Amino acid sequence: MRRIILAGTLLPLLFAGAASAADTINAAGATFPAPIYQKWAEEFKTKTGVQINYQSVGSGAGIKQFTDGTVDFGASDMPMTDDQLKAKAGTLHFPTVLGADVVTYNIPGVTVDLKFSGPTVAGIFMGTITKWNDAKIKADNPGVNLPGTDIVVIHRSDGSGTSFIFTDFLSKVSPEWKSKVGASTSVSWPVGLGGKGNEGVTGLVKLNPGAIGYVELVYAVSQKLGYADIKNAGGKFVKADFDSVTAAAAGAAKDMPADFRVSITNAAGDKAYPISSFTWLLIPTQIKDPAKKKNIVAFLNWILTDGQKDCQALSYAPLPAAVVAKEKKQIASIQ
Amino acid sequence: MTSSVAAQPQSDKTTLSSVVRRLRGGDEIARLITLLFAVSVLAISVLLIWVLWTGSEASRAKSGFGFLTSKLWNPVTDEFGAYPFIYGTIVTSVLALIIAVPTGVGAAIYLSELARGAWSDALTFLVELLAAVPSVIFGLLAMFTLVPLMRTTIGPGLKSVFGSLPLFSGPVYGVGYLTASLVLSVMIFPYIISVSREALLSVPREQREAALALGATKWESTWQIVVPFARLGILGSIFLAFARALGETMAVTLVIGNDPAVHASLFAPGYTISAVIANEFTEATGKIYPAALIELGLVLFVLTFILNGLARLLILVTTQKGSAKA
Repeated sequence: MRRIILAGTLLPLLFAGAASAADTINAAGATFPAPIYQKWAEEFKTKTGVQINYQSVGSGAGIKQFTDGTVDFGASDMPMTDDQLKAKAGTLHFPTVLGADVVTYNIPGVTVDLKFSGPTVAGIFMGTITKWNDAKIKADNPGVNLPGTDIVVIHRSDGSGTSFIFTDFLSKVSPEWKSKVGASTSVSWPVGLGGKGNEGVTGLVKLNPGAIGYVELVYAVSQKLGYADIKNAGGKFVKADFDSVTAAAAGAAKDMPADFRVSITNAAGDKAYPISSFTWLLIPTQIKDPAKKKNIVAFLNWILTDGQKDCQALSYAPLPAAVVAKEKKQIASIQ
Repeated sequence: MTSSVAAQPQSDKTTLSSVVRRLRGGDEIARLITLLFAVSVLAISVLLIWVLWTGSEASRAKSGFGFLTSKLWNPVTDEFGAYPFIYGTIVTSVLALIIAVPTGVGAAIYLSELARGAWSDALTFLVELLAAVPSVIFGLLAMFTLVPLMRTTIGPGLKSVFGSLPLFSGPVYGVGYLTASLVLSVMIFPYIISVSREALLSVPREQREAALALGATKWESTWQIVVPFARLGILGSIFLAFARALGETMAVTLVIGNDPAVHASLFAPGYTISAVIANEFTEATGKIYPAALIELGLVLFVLTFILNGLARLLILVTTQKGSAKA
């Protein structure tokens, strides 16, 4: 619904800006970073007069519109696959901000924040761990009095980058998950109920005693939800916050591939929160219109420097400096 | 269709012949313009089928008719089957009709036959207001009121009475087929009332008076004369409601649990065709995945088409029966 409203409000802008083509840049893609992209577009407009129309249509639709050439650039919560890149040669990935998933739950009588190791979370969502007092959950939470009630698993029903990050993490920590379910924006969930959007998942978790689900960190912070500490690759239980999410990106920065197509779930580093991810802008290497090229390059430079300051206010984790430096080098390759 | 539109008043015989000619010219223009509008319906239908057919090509080539019977829905491995969605769509819609038809028709009878002036007007106004409420509002209302009620009260209550039946077995989460059906029934209820009431009101007064004159009670005349007389309109309202239930998306997806599986229990979570399209289409990538979702749209279209055909058939059969009786 929100998407429809957004598209509706953007449509008049689209026509209004049609007069000067080079000063109007159209983009479409992921919904998760849409609030900050729209804020950036607004600030960039007051600064330079260049209008950027961002339609939050979803990562899949964003990749499709970008590949079809109906928008100037795309945005996605997951990098394009090799197959998708074949269809759109010369695509550059630019990480913009960081997101994370948190695990939230509703267990009557349990008020402390629980701790989960990766394999335990995978077991719960696989359906192999079915009771809250299972030995594996107890081992992660010594001293916590857990009831013997059934676990009700809640997942996203709509295709979503949030689900991609979560299943990508589970695939890394559980070979069984990787072989039987895999990672995608929508998967064939072995157990559980599907809620539509972060609000749908949260609603079902609140309604069902014994429920567990995952939501975006941004959403959990804005709704003041409690969530679990997750064990990272360094063996430490870490709570998701801006620092621990940025730390995950910094941990991955050292081995960052040249095209930035990298998953930072289960990243190295003691402080890294393991269910973190970049979200990307998809920019063509060749932009024919020189004025448009100048504007897009200016926008990229701006969001990587001044634009990053808007992150905290909107609850996104900013990029680590090492990644920003690498991205600036990539901007030079736009022709 | 076009000839009836062209029927302009022919009483201007006294006016000049040039005016008549101009009117005739106007008739011709009106005929063409309205014909264009009428043909646009055909064009839209053809376009719709064409888009659904070509868009689903990759999926049809891969799965064939197995798409209709496969229970697997796995976007990771690109294996898609429509069966759980078809099942969920039909189960929730039929169950919603079972709940909404008796109550809706009953309410329509009360409003048109038994209730008095201002009271009837006030209720009718409310019914029309309900029909105009957007479906997402019903969905949210259900999510925050009906779902907890189902989990704590209605579900366990039904289980304690009918627990031995497979229809009412298994854990009650609050979301599921039954909750979705209840929400749907509430949503289609005003449609049934509104259209049925119009049909009942259009029954000629003489019919009622004749029945009363023959010594029938008020209820006998209503039930045995007025309702059978209006049955075509009432049937029409039911099919309108059924079509709405089949295609309803937002309210259903909020309360059905969104699980692409087939469960015998009405407490279990399920999924419908329109809900999965709305949920997954925006993030569907690759070739086959979006094609499979479009093919689901095609399945829903065909399903609606078949049910509409059956409705026509039913009306045809009952009309013949009625005319034979008269």
